[in-house]
Amino acid sequence: MEFVFISLLNGITYGLLLFMLSSGLTLIFSMMGILNFAHASFYMLGAYFAYQISTLVGFWPGLLVAPLLVGAVGALVERYGLRRAHKFGHVAELLFTFGLAFLVEEVVHLVWGKSSVDYQIPVELDGTLFTLFDTAFPTYKGFMMLISVGMLIALYLLLTRTRIGLIIQAALTKPDMVEALGHNVPRIFMLVFGGGTALAGLAGVIGGNAFITEPGMAAAVGSIVFVVVVVGGLGSLGGAFVASLLIGCIQTFSIALSISITDVFALIGVSLPEGSQVARLTITQLAPVLPYILMVGILIFRPRGLMGARES
Amino acid sequence: MSDVLFQRGRLLLWGVCLALAIALPMVLKSGFIVSLLCQISVMVVFALSYNMLLGQTGLLSFGHAVYYGLGAFATMHALNAIGKDGGPLTVALLPLVGGAAGLVAGLILGYVTTKKAGTTFAMISLGIGEMVAACSLMFPGIFGGEGGVSGNRVVGKESLLGLTWGPQQEMYWLIVAWVFLSTVAMFALTQTPLGRMANAVRDNPERAEFVGYDTQRVRYRMLVLSGLFAGIAGGLTALNYEIVTAETLNSHTSGVVLLMSFVGGIGFFYGPIIGAILITLMQIVIGGLTHAWLLYFGLFFLFMVLMAPGGIASVIAMQRALWQAKLFGRMLPHYLASAIPVAILLAGLVGLIEMAYSLLAGEGVGAGDTATRVLGMELHLSSPGPWAMAVAITAVGALSLRLIGGRMSAAWHQALTELHGSKA
Amino acid sequence: MQKRKFIPGLALATSALLIGSSALAQVKIAYIDPLSGPFANVGEAGLKGFKEAAEILVNQKGGIMGQKLEFVGFDNKGSPQESLIQLKAATDQGIRFVTQGNGSGAAHALIDAVNKWNARNPDKTVLFFNYAAVDPTLTNEKCSFWHFRFDANSDMKMEAITNYMEKDKKIKKVFILGQDYAHGHQVAKATKEMLARKRKDVKIVGEDLHPIGRVKDFAPYVAKIKASGADTIVTGNWGNDLSLLIKAAKDAKLSAKFYTYYAGGLGTPQAMGAAGEGKVLQLTEWHMNVPTKNAEKFALDFNKKYPGVWFYYLRVNTMTEMVAKAMNTAKSTDPKAVALALEDMRFPAENGEAWMRKSDHQLMQPLYISVFSKKDGKVVKHDSEGTGFGWKTVAAISQRDSQLPTSCIMERP
Repeated sequence: MEFVFISLLNGITYGLLLFMLSSGLTLIFSMMGILNFAHASFYMLGAYFAYQISTLVGFWPGLLVAPLLVGAVGALVERYGLRRAHKFGHVAELLFTFGLAFLVEEVVHLVWGKSSVDYQIPVELDGTLFTLFDTAFPTYKGFMMLISVGMLIALYLLLTRTRIGLIIQAALTKPDMVEALGHNVPRIFMLVFGGGTALAGLAGVIGGNAFITEPGMAAAVGSIVFVVVVVGGLGSLGGAFVASLLIGCIQTFSIALSISITDVFALIGVSLPEGSQVARLTITQLAPVLPYILMVGILIFRPRGLMGARES
Repeated sequence: MSDVLFQRGRLLLWGVCLALAIALPMVLKSGFIVSLLCQISVMVVFALSYNMLLGQTGLLSFGHAVYYGLGAFATMHALNAIGKDGGPLTVALLPLVGGAAGLVAGLILGYVTTKKAGTTFAMISLGIGEMVAACSLMFPGIFGGEGGVSGNRVVGKESLLGLTWGPQQEMYWLIVAWVFLSTVAMFALTQTPLGRMANAVRDNPERAEFVGYDTQRVRYRMLVLSGLFAGIAGGLTALNYEIVTAETLNSHTSGVVLLMSFVGGIGFFYGPIIGAILITLMQIVIGGLTHAWLLYFGLFFLFMVLMAPGGIASVIAMQRALWQAKLFGRMLPHYLASAIPVAILLAGLVGLIEMAYSLLAGEGVGAGDTATRVLGMELHLSSPGPWAMAVAITAVGALSLRLIGGRMSAAWHQALTELHGSKA
Repeated sequence: MQKRKFIPGLALATSALLIGSSALAQVKIAYIDPLSGPFANVGEAGLKGFKEAAEILVNQKGGIMGQKLEFVGFDNKGSPQESLIQLKAATDQGIRFVTQGNGSGAAHALIDAVNKWNARNPDKTVLFFNYAAVDPTLTNEKCSFWHFRFDANSDMKMEAITNYMEKDKKIKKVFILGQDYAHGHQVAKATKEMLARKRKDVKIVGEDLHPIGRVKDFAPYVAKIKASGADTIVTGNWGNDLSLLIKAAKDAKLSAKFYTYYAGGLGTPQAMGAAGEGKVLQLTEWHMNVPTKNAEKFALDFNKKYPGVWFYYLRVNTMTEMVAKAMNTAKSTDPKAVALALEDMRFPAENGEAWMRKSDHQLMQPLYISVFSKKDGKVVKHDSEGTGFGWKTVAAISQRDSQLPTSCIMERP
C-alpha cells in the first residue's frame, strides 16, 4: 500500500513535468501544424538560463526571467526562421526545427561546456515536505507540482476567459476564418510559439535542478514529449494533461512491478520457452519502451488520440 | 529525336559515373580514401532507398534505420553462419540476405505503418524506430550488445577471379557493383507504373483514390521495396566494416539519412546521391579538421532549409534550365562577383567560430586556450585584437554581400521572369 | 558526374590530414575516442592527460631513443564504425599504435579490425593499447596478441568490491541496478556469482536494468529499492545515470550504501555533491588521496593548467610510461617488438607495482576502494572536482589479490 502510494506520487510529479513540456508543444502543434523537434531544446535553454541567472542573482528571479527569455528566443526563431520555412511546406518547417535542436545543443556545448553544470535547488526548498510511512517526500517535488498545477490553471483561464485566448482557440480549429475576421494570424503564431517555448523554458527552470542540467537533457525528453502529445490527441490540452499523467504513472508503475514477460504471457495462457531471451525480460526493463508501444497502438486503433478532435 | 538523345545522354551519364567510381581509388592511392569511398557508396544506396519514401511517395519516416540495421545484422549472421563452407562468391551475394531481411521487416512493420500517411505515419515510424532501437540493447544474443556482432569477410581458401574481398580495394569494387545495380534498379522503379502511382499518391491522395488506386497499397509496396534496398545497404555496411553494432538501427542513423536526402534534394532522383556524398564527406573530412564540425553542420543544414529547400539538386536543375535558355552566361558574372563577399563573410565567421571553440570548448575543454592557430596565424585570444579583426571581416563580408547580392538577386529575378516567359 | 567536383576537395582534405605525418621523426600514437558530441568531455580530458603525460613523463626525460612521443587525436564520435574509419586514417598516416578507452563497443570493433589488418598487412602491423574499456571478454575469449589493457576489467573490479563486502557483516540485503547493456549485464552477473560464493547469508533482494541514458527520474527505482529493504546497492552506472540515481536516493532519504565503479570522475562528484557523503564508494586504481611520490603533484599541476578538466586516470600515466619503456628496451618502434617487450613487464607505477600478464595482456595493478567524504586537509587532503568532498581510502587491494584467472588462448604471430 505504502509502495503504491509513493509510486503514485512519483508518477504524478513526473507526469506534471511532462505536461508542462507537452502543453506548449500541443499549442504549437495544433495551431501551426509543426512537429517542433526543438521543443525540448527550449526546455534545456530554460534550465541553462536559470542556472546562469541563479549564479548571478539567485533562483527566484530566474524562475520568472528565464522563461521570458526563452519565450523571446522562441518568438525570434518563429519570426526569422520558421515563418520563412513555412512557405516551403510542413516538411521544411519540421526539418528546420530538427536542425535547430541540433544547433542549440552545439551552442550549449560551446557556451556551458559538455559536462553538467551545478544548478542547485534553492535552500528554502531543499528539505522534506512530509514523510509518508518512512519515505521522505522532498519539498522541491511539491513545489514542482504546485508550479505545474498553477500553470495549468493559468493556461486554462487565459484560453477561456481572455480575448486573446478565445482568438487562439478559434485559430486552433479555424485559422482561415480567424484571418478573414481581420486578426493578424502570423502575429498570433509568433505569440503562440513564443508562449509555448516559454512554457518549455519554465519546465526547464524547475526540472533542471530537480534532475541534472546537462547538454543531453533535451534529447532525453525530446521524443517522449511527442508521445504525450500524440497519445493525448492533437490540439487537445485536456488530452495532453491526461496523457502526461498516464505516461508518468505507466513509467513509474512498470518500474515498480517486478514481473517478467513470462508472467505476463502466463496470464493469457501462453507459456514462453524457458530461458529464451524474451522470457527473461522484465516489465521494468521494458518501462521506457512502453510509451512508444502505447503510441503506436493508439495511432493504429485511434489515430486522433485519446481526446483529439481531428486527425492530423 | 530529342527523346532518343536524352536517353543516350542518360546512358552516357550512368557510364561516366560508373567509370569514375571505379577509377577514383586507382588515381588517389590511399587507404583512407578507399574507406571513405566505401562509406559514401553505401550511404548512396541508403539515401536513395529513403527517398523512395520521402521524395517519391511523400512519406516522412523517422525510423528508416530499422530496415538498414536489420539488413546489416541479418547479413552478419549469415556471414558467420556460412563459416568455412562458403567462398568469395557466397560472400559477394550476401547483401541479398540483408535485402531480404529489410524486405521482410518492411512487410511486417509496413503493414502497420502505411495505413496512414502524413503526420501519423511520421509518428508511427518514430515510435517503431525507438522500439526496435531499445530492443537491440535488450537482446544481446541477436544484436551482440555493446560490442555488436562481428565477422570475417574472407571466407574459405579459394578466390573468385583472384578476389578474396580481404583488401579494402576489392571490397570497394564489390560495393560499387552492388551500388550500381541497386541505383539502376531504383531508377527503373521510378519509371514503372508503381513509381508513377507513388508520385500521384504523394501529390494528391484523394484524387489517386478517386481514379481507382488503393493509396494504402501503393504506400505499402513502396515501403517494402524501400526496406529491400535499405537492407542491401545494411548488408554492404556489414561486409565493409565486418562489424555491426546497435548504432546502425538507432534514431541517429535515421536522422542522418533524412538529412542526406533533404540536403541533396528530395525532388530529384539524383538528389540523395549528392546529399550522401556531401554529408559523409562533411562528417568524416571536416570532422577530422575541426572540433566545431557539428556546429558547421547544423548551420549548413539550417541554411539549406531556409535558402534552398529543394536541396542542392534543385539548385543544379535551376542552373541547367538557365543554361538551356542561354541565360546562364548572363548570371555567371553575378555569381563570380558575389563569390568574393561570400568568401569574406565565411572567412570571418569561420574565424569567429574557431576562436570561440579554442577558447571555450577546444582541446582545453573549457580550459581557455588563449593562443590558437587559425589559418596558420598565431592568435592570442585573450586580447581583443583577433576578435575585432574577425568581427570586422565578417561585417565587411556581410555589407558587401548586401550590396552585390542586391544586384545579383535583381538579375536573378529578371532571368527567372525571362525563363518562365520563354517557356510560356 | 557529380563525383568529379569532389576530387579537389578530397585531395585537399587528405593533404591536410597528411601534413602532420611528414613533420618530424616522432613516435605517434593515435588516440581514437570521442572528441565531439555528447561524450566529448570524457574523450578530450583523456587526450589532454595523454599529451601531458607524454610531455612530462617521457619527452622531458629523453623521449624514445631521442625521438618525441606524441598522441594524435582522432575523433570517433563515440561510434564503433567511425572508430574503424579513424583507424584507417591513422594507418594512412603511418601511425602504428592506437589507443582507445571510451566504450567497449568501439574497443571490440578496434580489436577485430587490428587483428584483421595485421593478418592482411603483416609488414604494417598495428598495436592497440586499451586504457579504459573494461569488458572482460577483451582479455578472455576475444584476447589478442595485438591488444594490451591497462585498466582492471570489470570482473576484477567486482572481485575486489565483493572481497571488501565479504568483510562487512552489516551488509545483509543487496540490490543490483545497472544500465541495460553489456557492461551493466556483466556487473550484475559478476555480483550475483561472487556474492553467492563469498557471502551465502547475503540476500539479493532486487535486480533491475534500465536503459542507458534514458531515465530522467530515478525516484521510482529508489522507491523500489527502499521497498526491498536493501542496505547496499551495487551499480555499474556512470555519468548522469549515476548522478541522477544518487540525487534521487538523497531526496527520498535512502540510507543504503552505493558500491560504484565510476563515481570519481566524469562530473559525477559535482552532480552528487553532499548527497554522496559517506554513502558512495568507488573502486579505482588510484585517487587524489592515495599517497604517491609524483602523481599528486602531477595531478595538481594538471588541474591548475587545465581548469575544468580534473585529473582522473592515473593509468594514462602508467600506460604512457610503460609503452615508452617497452620501446626503449626493445630499441625499436616496431609494434611486434614493442608488444614482446611489454609482455611480462614489471613496472613501478605511482600506485604500486604493475605487471603486464603475458597470457592475456591484462595489466595487474593495485586497486583502492574509497568512500566520498568531507575534505579535512589530513586524510582527505584533496577534494574531488572542487566540491569540498574527496575520496578516503577504506581498503587497498594488492596487485596480487586483484588477479583473476583468464580463459585466454592467445594466437601468437
